[in-house]
Amino acid sequence: MTDVMIDARDLTKHYGPVTALKNASFQVHRGEVVGFLGPNGAGKTTTMKILTCFIAPSAGTARIGGADIFEDPIAVREAIGYLPENTPLYTEMLTLEYLEFVGKMRGLSGAGLQARLRRVVEETSLGDVIGKSIGELSKGFRQRVGLAQALIHEPPVLILDEPMSGLDPNQAAEIRELIREIGRERTVILSTHNLSEVRVTCGRVLIISQGELVADDTPDELAARAGKPRFVATLRQNGHSASDIRKAFSGIGDAQSVTEQTSAAAGEVIVELVPKGTEDLRADIFQAAVAANLVLLGLEQRGENLEDIFRQLTTGAGASA
Amino acid sequence: MNHILTIGGRQFRSYFNGPVAYIVICIVMLTLGFFFWNTFFLYGRASTREMFRWLSLILVFALPALTMGLLAEEKRTGTIELLITMPVTEAQVILGKFLGVLGLYAVLLVLTLAYPISVSTLGNLDWGPVWSGYLGLLLQGSAVLAIGLMASSWTDNQLIALFVALTLSVFFWVLDKFLALLPTSAASTLEWLSFDYHFQSMARGVVDLRDLVFFFSVTAFALALAFRALESRRWS
Repeated sequence: MTDVMIDARDLTKHYGPVTALKNASFQVHRGEVVGFLGPNGAGKTTTMKILTCFIAPSAGTARIGGADIFEDPIAVREAIGYLPENTPLYTEMLTLEYLEFVGKMRGLSGAGLQARLRRVVEETSLGDVIGKSIGELSKGFRQRVGLAQALIHEPPVLILDEPMSGLDPNQAAEIRELIREIGRERTVILSTHNLSEVRVTCGRVLIISQGELVADDTPDELAARAGKPRFVATLRQNGHSASDIRKAFSGIGDAQSVTEQTSAAAGEVIVELVPKGTEDLRADIFQAAVAANLVLLGLEQRGENLEDIFRQLTTGAGASA
Repeated sequence: MNHILTIGGRQFRSYFNGPVAYIVICIVMLTLGFFFWNTFFLYGRASTREMFRWLSLILVFALPALTMGLLAEEKRTGTIELLITMPVTEAQVILGKFLGVLGLYAVLLVLTLAYPISVSTLGNLDWGPVWSGYLGLLLQGSAVLAIGLMASSWTDNQLIALFVALTLSVFFWVLDKFLALLPTSAASTLEWLSFDYHFQSMARGVVDLRDLVFFFSVTAFALALAFRALESRRWS
């Protein structure tokens, strides 16, 4: 894991008066699958375009596999397999014809090209559509053609801009599996705003907001950072006053943490309890409810999830977190 | 060089997967047929002078339709991003695109060989001016195609690219048609900048190095500007 494949330093990009990216620095090692997360317009695509040498940063630089994006853009491009947003492909070409074109552009030819073509067609399960024109393919197949063209030259680094957007859940699952497989040997950066996807696919998450990197962690650590789990009990009010209920639970967990809300359903009270440490409060809550003659309708444990963290980090609400 | 040929080959083949190439070829052949045979028997001469006169004008109008999408369409659909992020230089992309459309233009020229061939069966055709005329068409066409590619590099809208390319190439074609209205000093300069002035001497059978240099210069200049436009994307 000491092998740095992507080394971005102080990347900054201005589009006229708009600053799309501010001093973004990060490193990605060999064999890492990194999720690049952020709301639309946060600078994900800009960063990817800079790394692939499609645009140049206004300040800062990056090295891909040791090659600098300014000094040796050709070597950088050789090291990268890239899938841009919305998978732009030549729709008038046949799938195989297109992959052959990309292979040739990537310096493959003859038997080597044929062998690689067979391999990527198999990896991306494109066998049934190689003779079809790309324009006729479904979104899922197009996405796979996009991945196949990114993989054809066996690049050490893959940069995928929203590889799963617009796919149905089955297609997304297949692509996710494929990316995970690819990520075993290669370095992958993928951008997305789908958080559950990040959790299953990526070992590390970079969150970017308004052009700035606001978090760089594993999904689990990020979730842990956001705070302790909460226990949420739903009770039937049954004539008990709010203060009665509060008293019933006052001995459990962190005393300050008992909060009630009246739910939409009449006669129900929702109580939230936060433990002092990481202990499980569910048994205590049940017993306290029984002791106070309260009817417990529901009890669940809620961890702070990625969605919350994402929202906190990218709306400025949790800027201090 | 390999990359240029790969890009050019792809471009060339993709023309035949879409309608534009067929439409342009049909329109060129039909208008040429109409104007050529219209007067051919009136003159009663086994000559292709008239064919070259018409063809040079028709192509100035038709070729921008072939170049309008070269980069504009790639920019609109985003495929340019994949093309540029392959290990190629901008110059290779421009030259490849140019070569691809030049190939299609060569096919079009070969199709028009039907005219000199049929004329030669009707009378005694002097093939010398025919070949120099074709050389002239190839060179003038290159200049028009390069201008079209340049226009296509400036926008992501094919129609704007078409309009700009048409305006520029028609302008350079008609430059020597209004000389009578101008003072002589300006007239000779403008005449020298006109496509048709250089082309007509070649269609008469005169291959002058200056005409070759003129067309080569226009082509190279337009391609260089296209290269600049494509490259400027990195810094915008």
